[in-house]
Amino acid sequence: MVSQSALERVELAGQDGAASAAPRIKLAVKDLTISYGKAAALKDVNLEIREHEIFGIIGPANAGKTSFLKAVNRMDVFNTGMHVAGEIRFNGLDTRHLKNVYALRSRIGVVFPLPVGLPMTVYENVALSPRLRGIKNKAELDVIVQRCLTRAALWDEVKDRLHALGSLLSGGQQQRLTIARALSQEPDLLMLDEFSIAVDPVTTMRIEDVLKELRREVTIILVTNLVQQARRLADRTAFFLNGECVEVGVTEDLFTGEVKDRRTRDYVEGRFG
Amino acid sequence: MTTANAALFQASSLNHRNARVQSLYRMLFGLMTLMLIAPVLIILGTLIHKGGGAISWEFLFTAPTDGMRTGGVLPALLGTVWLVMVALLLSVPIGIFAAIYLSEYAGDNWFTRVINLAIINLAGVPSIVHALFGLGAFVIFFKFGTSILAASMTLAVMTMPVVIVATRESLQSVPLAFREACWNMGATRWQTIRKVVLPNSITGILTGVILEVSRTAGETAPIMFTGAVFFTPFLPQSVFDQTMALSLHLFVAATQVPGIAEEVPFGVALVLIGLVLLMNSASIAFRMWLRGKKKW
Repeated sequence: MVSQSALERVELAGQDGAASAAPRIKLAVKDLTISYGKAAALKDVNLEIREHEIFGIIGPANAGKTSFLKAVNRMDVFNTGMHVAGEIRFNGLDTRHLKNVYALRSRIGVVFPLPVGLPMTVYENVALSPRLRGIKNKAELDVIVQRCLTRAALWDEVKDRLHALGSLLSGGQQQRLTIARALSQEPDLLMLDEFSIAVDPVTTMRIEDVLKELRREVTIILVTNLVQQARRLADRTAFFLNGECVEVGVTEDLFTGEVKDRRTRDYVEGRFG
Repeated sequence: MTTANAALFQASSLNHRNARVQSLYRMLFGLMTLMLIAPVLIILGTLIHKGGGAISWEFLFTAPTDGMRTGGVLPALLGTVWLVMVALLLSVPIGIFAAIYLSEYAGDNWFTRVINLAIINLAGVPSIVHALFGLGAFVIFFKFGTSILAASMTLAVMTMPVVIVATRESLQSVPLAFREACWNMGATRWQTIRKVVLPNSITGILTGVILEVSRTAGETAPIMFTGAVFFTPFLPQSVFDQTMALSLHLFVAATQVPGIAEEVPFGVALVLIGLVLLMNSASIAFRMWLRGKKKW
């Protein structure tokens, strides 16, 4: 007898047997509608995110970008006012009917607009997720912490102050710390929500380089209000506007090729938003 | 150019008025603070002046003799320590756990709002009412008799709202973003509480406990029906014994014993205040130690 949660864990990890020529779908969203009370934040969104791609989501404020991420991570259970309808399949598994949402969240790393350094040391920030998974061995944790900080391009700057408080780091360092923390989850999917808002341009470029490296291992959803950032990084991009998914396509097409909707061209060319 | 600058920095009548008002308010606030600490200083000064002479090792470590006119306060001192400790053991865990439930688990609905209202009202119930409740519930109904247990339970019921409110406030001072970051990693609510919320609210929770210690040690009404006695030559051996208590002993020595030396009641009061200060200092030191270990 396999328990429900054990079964889910296996399925969440992906069905490796189903290899085929077509790109594998990491996240399939069907008729997703999110509302807060009577106000709809997102209406009838349909899109697919492929494995190992950087999927950009652009759009002005109030487009529903952050609500989309919250729905993927099932954070709606913490918000009684948030109502989600439709289907979100992660590795083929419907997350709306998942009992073990903790396993889902632990496979999805999230980086918020403003860095949330947890009130603990740099080391503990990165070791928290492995510890939650039950890793206690100090040497093992050391390896994970070093690897994640290195991949987030932060190791060289903090290796001598691992046991200082994370909140004492500069803003850009803290944002990379939260990326390291997200990576320590060994996520399948990394979701970044306007990560560069509180980060200087040089650090932004460094993090962007990190993301390009990372995409070999994880699928990345990049929510950004900088259209050029989406152009630099994203393979495919969706344009959200006022709760509507106006367009999904190969990023370069949105900027140069044919777009189905005039509003997309207007937005990427900076005519509004 | 220079004349223009000079004019710019010349104080106008409005500037003068603002400065006057500002210093007026500053004086007002300072005066209020002074009025706040003056009674404390007067009380402590009077007690030390009038009761300091009574304090000696013998006073602290012997039982009262000759109808409480001579001898010391040891049974009352120990009794108060017992009462406070047992009350803390009961009210602190229950209060903290209840506050964690209300703050971290329970949703915001009419039921939790009623509970919160009840807690606030419980804090406003006069202590003599608690005393009668304790007499009826613990002494008579649960058949604990007049004992430390019954008295401490009464004290615990009386002070629990303070612990709950203080704990809830300090839990809610931990930013929601910390919890969300932790939940996003796949942590359960309890893991989040354990790893992030509690370490950052423990000092505020301790403040609530410190407040409770002072109040518990000084209360007289709730214990005089439920566990404290005028006089017993025996030291308490278990929670089922009756005991003397400093607060009640002070009342007795001050009003019920003719021909007692004036310095004795003042001495008792001094010991009571000293005990409270000692317990508070210990928990403040503990809090400072914790704060040194963890900070944002």
